[in-house]
Amino acid sequence: MSTPSQTVGPYLSIGLTWDSGPYVVSPDAPGAVWLRGEIRDGAGEVVQDALVETWQAGPSGEFHTAGFRGFGRCPTDDDGRWAIRTLKPGALSGQAPHIAVTVFARGLLHRVYTRLYFADEPANESDPVLATVPATRRPTLIAARTGDGYRFDITLQGPDETVFFAV
Amino acid sequence: MSAHPPLLSPGYKSTILRAPSEAPLLLAQSMTELTGPVLGEGPVAAADADLTLGQGGEAQGQRIVVHGQVRDADGRPVRNTLLEVWQANAAGRYLHKWDRHDAPLDPHFTGLGRTLTDADGHYRFVTVKPGAYPWGNHPNAWRPAHIHFSVFGQAFTQRLVTQMYFPDDPLFRYDPIYHSVPEFARDRLVAAFDLTATVELWALGFRFDIVLSGASATPMETR
Repeated sequence: MSTPSQTVGPYLSIGLTWDSGPYVVSPDAPGAVWLRGEIRDGAGEVVQDALVETWQAGPSGEFHTAGFRGFGRCPTDDDGRWAIRTLKPGALSGQAPHIAVTVFARGLLHRVYTRLYFADEPANESDPVLATVPATRRPTLIAARTGDGYRFDITLQGPDETVFFAV
Repeated sequence: MSAHPPLLSPGYKSTILRAPSEAPLLLAQSMTELTGPVLGEGPVAAADADLTLGQGGEAQGQRIVVHGQVRDADGRPVRNTLLEVWQANAAGRYLHKWDRHDAPLDPHFTGLGRTLTDADGHYRFVTVKPGAYPWGNHPNAWRPAHIHFSVFGQAFTQRLVTQMYFPDDPLFRYDPIYHSVPEFARDRLVAAFDLTATVELWALGFRFDIVLSGASATPMETR
């Protein structure tokens, strides 16, 4: 009897934008990094009315760590870009460090779900979720190291389509 | 059978270039999926549950009370979860820079509300009935009156964004967003008129219950 999902529509920023949304941790938190990316559609155009949400363990690999919200939310801007300030999660038992990423947008009748992994993590080689992803598509789940954090672009449709998961 | 709409629903044009073409991969759920943010009372003030008192005045339109219960697929109430709503005003206009519909803005209508469900999963807010408005999807396209809802649930897999509609709207039969949902589940998006929630001489009442998916999958991790 689940309630069906519906699109957030083009005006999602009215209800879903918070000033603190992009800040999982304060800008000056020791070890904080920026996760940055852009979102593109099947024509390669940037998506200006999307919203990215993230959920993750803290640096110890535990969820619901005291003082660490674990949740980030950022709408895309006129260039289709989002940015979230956070701490890199620790390894979770049996899994490489990762962050859950979900995307809402006009034209998405249900949110899509993916995972962000970190390019500089040897544990990716043995991660049980990455192992289920065809090798050719696996790079869409790996965030690249940048000067101030990591870059994770999302493509909703097309040859470079991000791998999404059913949850 | 899923109650959710297929991502590719071509009657709603924006899905054509945004729906992923590949089927989603199955994911054994782990703590990442089986937990979710507990946002608590930090972002919410009591006044946030009333959309009709912006800038020191009263919003125009038909005042309504919307209430309901949030439950999970097993019927358990989802307590202390953040519920966010946003909507057009009584004239069918959103307070957003991209909304160019030639209808008046209302300085006293905030357009957004936030509240937490109580210990029994109940919520209640006060607003005005939103107007229908035109959109460019097809000739004579007007959206049925609706309120956008966002609910977190207790696990990241329960996260839901949906729209609440009003009973007997003549625009249902023409609206591809409403029709994107499988027929058997469409009624779940329509609030019920609720005389018991109506406030004498003040507001009409509607009830909209929300059922989130289950969160009872077996975790992949051992702890």
